[in-house]
Amino acid sequence: MLNWYMLTLVGKDRPGIVARVTTTLFEAGCNLGETSMIRLGRNFTVMMMVQGRDADRLRGALQPVVDELQLTLHIDAIEPGLHQRLVPDVCIRVHGADRAGIVSQVTSRAEQAGLNILDLESDVGGTEAEPIYILQIEGVAAQGVDAIRAALAPLQSDGVKVYVHAIDTLIG
Amino acid sequence: MTIRDILTYPDERLRQVSGPVVQFDAALQANIDDLEETRLAGPAAVGIAAPQIGWFQRVVIVDVSGRKKTRSHGHLVLINPEITEWEGFVLGREGCLSVPDYTGNVVRAERIQLHALDREGKEQSFEMEGFEARAVQHEMDHLDGLLFLDRLVSRRQDLFQRKVYKE
Ligand SMILES: [Zn+2]
Repeated sequence: MLNWYMLTLVGKDRPGIVARVTTTLFEAGCNLGETSMIRLGRNFTVMMMVQGRDADRLRGALQPVVDELQLTLHIDAIEPGLHQRLVPDVCIRVHGADRAGIVSQVTSRAEQAGLNILDLESDVGGTEAEPIYILQIEGVAAQGVDAIRAALAPLQSDGVKVYVHAIDTLIG
Repeated sequence: MTIRDILTYPDERLRQVSGPVVQFDAALQANIDDLEETRLAGPAAVGIAAPQIGWFQRVVIVDVSGRKKTRSHGHLVLINPEITEWEGFVLGREGCLSVPDYTGNVVRAERIQLHALDREGKEQSFEMEGFEARAVQHEMDHLDGLLFLDRLVSRRQDLFQRKVYKE
């Protein structure tokens, strides 16, 4: 009997982490589901849906890699959830001068206008003296794209650009 | 008319290159009717290609006329289609009857010039753009054994490539 776990790994980024972790999981007889791996700052971060026998065995299998690469490991039991993907129908992009609270303002207003966020990433670019802020969100607009556009329109000022557009998924 | 089974990836038959239609006979008409019937039976597909029902000839159906704010030439049966000109590129999200439970971003030409025969074998040509042009390119890929999975681009790379100004 295999169960699903959400496995979170964080540590200082260095080459080869993904290969080491996934090889270890494979050799321990685990299956991978959806995963997200990204470098945030100087940190390696990964979240993966892993199917394995039990959490202790998972931890045991990964411990040597975790110790060697000085990673932080977290394991949660989760409900099985593959093939539950929601298709986003709206995309929001915000960029501009770095401004305190912008993520909170965008997400609060959008959620009040019916947005269910499926995916969010934000980044800081530009220079240290003049940082620019970039935010991308994909989600499902329960009250329509126009409702979200209207809710976010007031934020479009002071050098902040907000784009809201429909994602038309073609099935063919 | 019959609703046919749709081949799904990783069925190797989806990878083969389909041959041109040479005979415009009753068998062709029957196959076209089955293809359309099968398209309408599934989730709202704006197109379908013959190889998706295991018929390996260069025939696709595209119909984006049911979508609001979308330029369209109506219901099209395209036989031995050829794209003669491509212009611009644009990123959009695609899914496929042959790839259940997955959608991803793909770059396609924004405008195309297209030549094809209709179901009677008569020459036709079109200038297309946007969603309709995307649908034709998606379906024509099937005729060459290609799937949108072969053209996926990462969402994380596309920030300023997508045309955000045009809705
Ligand atoms: Zn397809």
